[in-house]
Amino acid sequence: MQKVGIVEVAQSAGTESPLSLMEFTYKPVKEVLDKVGMKRDEVDMYILASTDVFHSGMSCANAFDWDASGAFMKPASREEGDAITSFVYGCMPIMEGKCDTVLVVGLIKGSENAENDTLTSFVADPFYSRPVGIQETTAAAMQMRLYLQRYGITEEQCAKVVVKNLSNALFNPYAHIKKRVSVDDVLNSERICDPLKALECAPKSEGVCAMLLASEEKAKKLTDKPVWFKGWGSSMDTFYLGDRDLLDTQLKTAAASAYKMAGISNPRKEIDIAETCEPYAFQELLWCEELGFCAQGQGGKLIDSGVTQITGELPVNPSGGVLAMNPYVARGLYRVAEAVLQIKGKAGEHQLDKKVNTALAHSTYGFCGQWQGVVILGS
Amino acid sequence: MAEQKEKPRKVASMGMVPYEMALGPTWTRFFEGFKEKRILGTKCNKCGRVLVPARPFCPRCFEPMEEWVEVAQEGTIVTWSYVNYTYFGVTPDMIPVIGATIKLDGVDCGTGMWTQIGGFDIKDFELVTKKVKVGARVKAVWRRKRQGNFRDIDYWKIIE
Ligand SMILES: [Zn+2]
Repeated sequence: MQKVGIVEVAQSAGTESPLSLMEFTYKPVKEVLDKVGMKRDEVDMYILASTDVFHSGMSCANAFDWDASGAFMKPASREEGDAITSFVYGCMPIMEGKCDTVLVVGLIKGSENAENDTLTSFVADPFYSRPVGIQETTAAAMQMRLYLQRYGITEEQCAKVVVKNLSNALFNPYAHIKKRVSVDDVLNSERICDPLKALECAPKSEGVCAMLLASEEKAKKLTDKPVWFKGWGSSMDTFYLGDRDLLDTQLKTAAASAYKMAGISNPRKEIDIAETCEPYAFQELLWCEELGFCAQGQGGKLIDSGVTQITGELPVNPSGGVLAMNPYVARGLYRVAEAVLQIKGKAGEHQLDKKVNTALAHSTYGFCGQWQGVVILGS
Repeated sequence: MAEQKEKPRKVASMGMVPYEMALGPTWTRFFEGFKEKRILGTKCNKCGRVLVPARPFCPRCFEPMEEWVEVAQEGTIVTWSYVNYTYFGVTPDMIPVIGATIKLDGVDCGTGMWTQIGGFDIKDFELVTKKVKVGARVKAVWRRKRQGNFRDIDYWKIIE
């Protein structure tokens, strides 16, 4: 199996852009190609992540996406779940030795369509979930209540995730939400879906992330600091929420398989930084437990301890995470991009003040973390 | 290029597309049961679990579920949320709503059936927090006119 190096990344910022989807997508793709001095037709394969109707309002993925990413007249494929899988699909042909370079692009313009809750209500089946108002936020609120109740996690501890992530985002030029908030601000924000407060829910963002992957030999030619793909795991849970224990997601399975592939036995000690997908604040705490950063039910104590702060031993979401930047579908690739930049030492103002050897990127989609995926990168 | 001061131009677009989705024989029978105020589940002959809503096959064992059982109309709240905000498609007259998952007696689903709590002034949040609790007992309240769909159960009433 061949090594896969991540050569270069480019991201767009999350605030509403006046550009059309066509030119908005073109810019980061062009930026990556220019950085490495490649032409679009020199890339061996393209893997995209985007969404057709619900989160884009166009079923024009086959027109706009391919032209704007430079992928036409090339081997190309598209993922509609989460862009973190496009990243892995991009690694595969390089591992097999079939390709030398793959360009991965995740794209969305969140400002152009209805609220996430409107759109995710269509994720619910029309037979017995949609009629009772199930969508991503109402489902997450029920998961949160269970979490508070079962483990005695406090609302203050959940609010601390927002304070931490939005404070980190102030130093990330690609983050969408830029504001400093206090625990009280979070607790006093509108109880839109009790126990969830408005400030505990991710925004809806724009975002194009482009990333060039290459074989070992090629990566070393294209950049002086390639980042290496080390491990991957994913798992999908059953669809019907009623059949699941909402506090026992498939993240444990996904993480175990990623850790095994990367040769990690003690994630808490061996991982230097983690980027998680936490569209709802409490989920970061739950995901940290399932990723093995602390024991089950100890997510509240973990945030209290300061370990996950940007200055802590294991910073979680130094980019500001999904609470600060939520480009649906593309958001998983943003997690990988942040992990890459931290290892390269090119994260800028929010670069960690330590040597970063091993980074974890996580993403999830579906209600209450139905699908979970974990990527491990190394220096 | 001159600095752009006006709002960027946009094209408004609204789509209306109808869908008709087959219920299939299992869910048809399940919702026919609702018309008669009955809640039906299916039992897996391999793992022995009774699942509600009824399933054509056991998701875990991946074997057909052919045995039908009528289940209790009382159960316990596993978790709940108080939905009190609007978004496109949800107007002020539609809120608040108490979403809950209910573990029906004798049913083996993890968090149970997803549904709504009612039967008292749910606009009063203080009252809600007094009455609606994880572990509280609830009972199905049926609509007078039933059409064989999930809303035939008007709401779940807290048993005091
Ligand atoms: Zn079974």
